[in-house]
Amino acid sequence: MLNDVDRRILRQMQAAPELSNAELAARCDLTSATCYRRIEKMQASGVLGGQQAVIDWQALGYAVEVSLRITLDKTQSRAFDEFIEAARNVLHVIEIQTFLGRVDVRLSVIARTMAHYQQIYREQILSLPHIADIEALMHVARIKQGEGLPL
Amino acid sequence: MIDLDDVDRKVLRALAQDATLGAGALGRRFDMSQPAMWRRIKRLHEAGAIRGRRLVLGHEKLGFGVTVFLGVKLATKGRVSLEDFERAVSAIPEVQTIEHVLGMYDYRLRVVARDIPDFERVLRRRIMTLPGVGEVEANVLLSEERRPGPLG
Repeated sequence: MLNDVDRRILRQMQAAPELSNAELAARCDLTSATCYRRIEKMQASGVLGGQQAVIDWQALGYAVEVSLRITLDKTQSRAFDEFIEAARNVLHVIEIQTFLGRVDVRLSVIARTMAHYQQIYREQILSLPHIADIEALMHVARIKQGEGLPL
Repeated sequence: MIDLDDVDRKVLRALAQDATLGAGALGRRFDMSQPAMWRRIKRLHEAGAIRGRRLVLGHEKLGFGVTVFLGVKLATKGRVSLEDFERAVSAIPEVQTIEHVLGMYDYRLRVVARDIPDFERVLRRRIMTLPGVGEVEANVLLSEERRPGPLG
């Protein structure tokens, strides 16, 4: 189980994942050796995974981001699997999520311009299998990001 | 805006999986000298291609069993201040991400909770009491995968 020291380490890591072990230990008021040992233990138990770079698609020229909320035709028993398999082949899909609720699947789609988005939507999204309904939310701004856990 | 070549795309894709890879490891993987790879990574960072790092945590092991996405509509558009709503919702620790969107909802929130009763507590005490909050739709996340997108 996690103790207060572990929680302190995780909080600091969430706030600044790029810190070196020495810097992290100093912020947590621990020796480097203790800090390192706790981190190793959390990694071994699956509490702590790796670190991933978050790509800034806007900086790469993808100005448009649309969230497509999709309802599937659930009378088809393989609807979920076949839809997701096909959605994986759409190059401009950056996220696929499945849900329990009013929406079945959500796709994040990026595009360079609105015209580009329109083209992806018509040629690649609408041809995905088993779609019963689609709603689009156009992304305007990120107010909070980072996906930190309240530890 | 930065133009990417094939190696840039591969490097970004590798870093999106493991942000701790250095110029040495990436250089070996893509057959480049360490200094050449270092310059490339520096250029990508300077162009803002990488927004930051995401720490991968075992949600279930840490006791967070549920992730819910909320679509939130503001009740009286024009009369409520977006700033007031955004400030208040940003302060809720269980709200991980907030996106301002256009469409049938005004905001999209990612919320973590220990379990469904805990989520209900957050929804009733924290979300439904936000200034200007109107209709709220909740969808419980079952699975999630991030794709390489145009880097693939």
